[in-house]
Amino acid sequence: MILSKIYKNTLLILAACLVLTACATKKEVAIDKIQGQMQGDVYTGTDSVEYLADGVPDRVFFATNETILTTASRETLRAQAAWLRKNSSINVVLEGHADERGTREYNLALGERRANSAKDYLMTYGISSDRISVLSYGKERPVDAGSNPLAWSKNRRSVTVKAN
Amino acid sequence: MKKNFLILFLITFFPLKVLALIEVDITRGNLNPLPLAVSPLSIDDKSKKSFEKILRKENIGSEISTIVENNLKTSGLFNPLSKEAFLQAPDIANLKPRFEDWNLIKAQALITGKVTYVDEKLRVEFRLWDILAAKEMMALAFTTVPSNWRRVGHIISDKVYERLTGEKGYFDTRIIYVAEEGPKTQRKKRLAIMDQDGANNKFLTLGNELVLTPRFNPTSQMVTYLSYFKNLPRVYLLDIETGTQEVVGDFPGMTFAPRFSPDGKKIIMSLAKDGKSDIYTMDLENRLVEKITNHPSIDTSPSYSPNGKFIAFNSDRSGYQQIYIMKSDGSNVKRISFGNGIYGTPVWSPRGDLIAFTKLHKGKFYIGVMRTDGKGERLLTENYYQEAPSWSPNGRVLIFYRETKTNAKGEGFSAKLWSIDLTGYNERLVETQTDASDPSWSSLLSN
Repeated sequence: MILSKIYKNTLLILAACLVLTACATKKEVAIDKIQGQMQGDVYTGTDSVEYLADGVPDRVFFATNETILTTASRETLRAQAAWLRKNSSINVVLEGHADERGTREYNLALGERRANSAKDYLMTYGISSDRISVLSYGKERPVDAGSNPLAWSKNRRSVTVKAN
Repeated sequence: MKKNFLILFLITFFPLKVLALIEVDITRGNLNPLPLAVSPLSIDDKSKKSFEKILRKENIGSEISTIVENNLKTSGLFNPLSKEAFLQAPDIANLKPRFEDWNLIKAQALITGKVTYVDEKLRVEFRLWDILAAKEMMALAFTTVPSNWRRVGHIISDKVYERLTGEKGYFDTRIIYVAEEGPKTQRKKRLAIMDQDGANNKFLTLGNELVLTPRFNPTSQMVTYLSYFKNLPRVYLLDIETGTQEVVGDFPGMTFAPRFSPDGKKIIMSLAKDGKSDIYTMDLENRLVEKITNHPSIDTSPSYSPNGKFIAFNSDRSGYQQIYIMKSDGSNVKRISFGNGIYGTPVWSPRGDLIAFTKLHKGKFYIGVMRTDGKGERLLTENYYQEAPSWSPNGRVLIFYRETKTNAKGEGFSAKLWSIDLTGYNERLVETQTDASDPSWSSLLSN
């Protein structure tokens, strides 16, 4: 009886090992693929990005549940500020978004906070608040329909859109 | 306190109960639903023909009894027996059931009745019988316009439910929700309303702008919701009967997460401005606006206690989304959720003793309930994504929505309404014409 139990356990462990190794290799491939496009869990790729002008990306990305601007985001926003200073007749709407892994109402507030974090930065680079309005979509308008970390990272964003 | 009351109740009424009557215990998960027979309501030939002409239903008597049968079955507390086994004809059963016959097919209760056409009206009488005690438990009759026939079925269901469980029913009610269509990245959303059983579905908006989170006024047929009309997300008020809409207040930013106060006279909601969201109320009569919270964090999803004295809400002032309660003037803010994970969408039970919520823990979403002091947390259901519970008016059932995980190509998205008993049993898909989310349950339409 006991012996058979031990056998059973070894078999189980063996089976588990096999599953684990299989997973490990699979995971590595997936992570490699994602790593080119994410830093931490902030999207760094260019998949969904559009340009307001040459060298002026229209959006910045955020970590899960975060509203802090990354170094790359600040660089993008400085480029936007320079472009807005040159084109003083253009007003913009900052559209804040969240990923699908949160309750709807909280995400609406989070999107608003993200857009404001971008707005504050533009203002410190000399853009008047009169020229910037803020609109949150929460999780209502994902750019990527996927249910995976990469898709979610593209969806956590603030997009600067020409208002006129 | 509650328990003592229950015991007292049992002691005082126990002798009576032995004499009569069957009773259904709804406080436990009901794994043995009460077997009962719903005899088709009997109808004379003349009435039958009249209703056939008006309602285009061949036999309105059996249509109404089918509604009753479906309601009772859906509650999970009753097991309506197959009509094929019935030995007694509907008209004779309604006069005086042969209890042995019904006993033979193991029915413990029997519903009979009669439909007649009187002065262009629908007259319905029905009786509830206790088979084991061989007694009539209840007899009622009402008269209404023929087009109300579905509601008659729901009212009968409510009366039977109340007589057998000791608590008010929830069948003569409606659900307002957001009907969804189209790809996940460009969802078209419309307000829609339907009877609790899915019948009489009606779309209330056209889908030109995004609409979210409709909620019923507990005292009338008014609804408050969020609309992106002209790309300005604001809280609106909609009268379902007249279709008139108006924006609520004049706020300098996005207003969202609206709900009515229990007396229906105020709307409580969040205003998002400059990266922070605070909770406000607006009195619908004098339009006075009051700021309830004032904190740099996100404060949202407010929900009043049924006596109006407290507010449960969602805040990330601790760093993550948690549930807090405060007095209705905003004082005495107290965090009540301390379990693992993050908590959102608190909704106060109409009975006052529980708060339903959504919880996210280790990548899974749960619908659960906790007592108003945060103790006694119970998780009712786990899934990839689900949120936004809304209580049935008797506080026994929760309706919420669930979204599916998409595949690697981003395909396979759907959103559906589900309901579950407070006991954690009887989880059910609520059928809707389109995909659906953000359900809100009305109060009982009658009484």
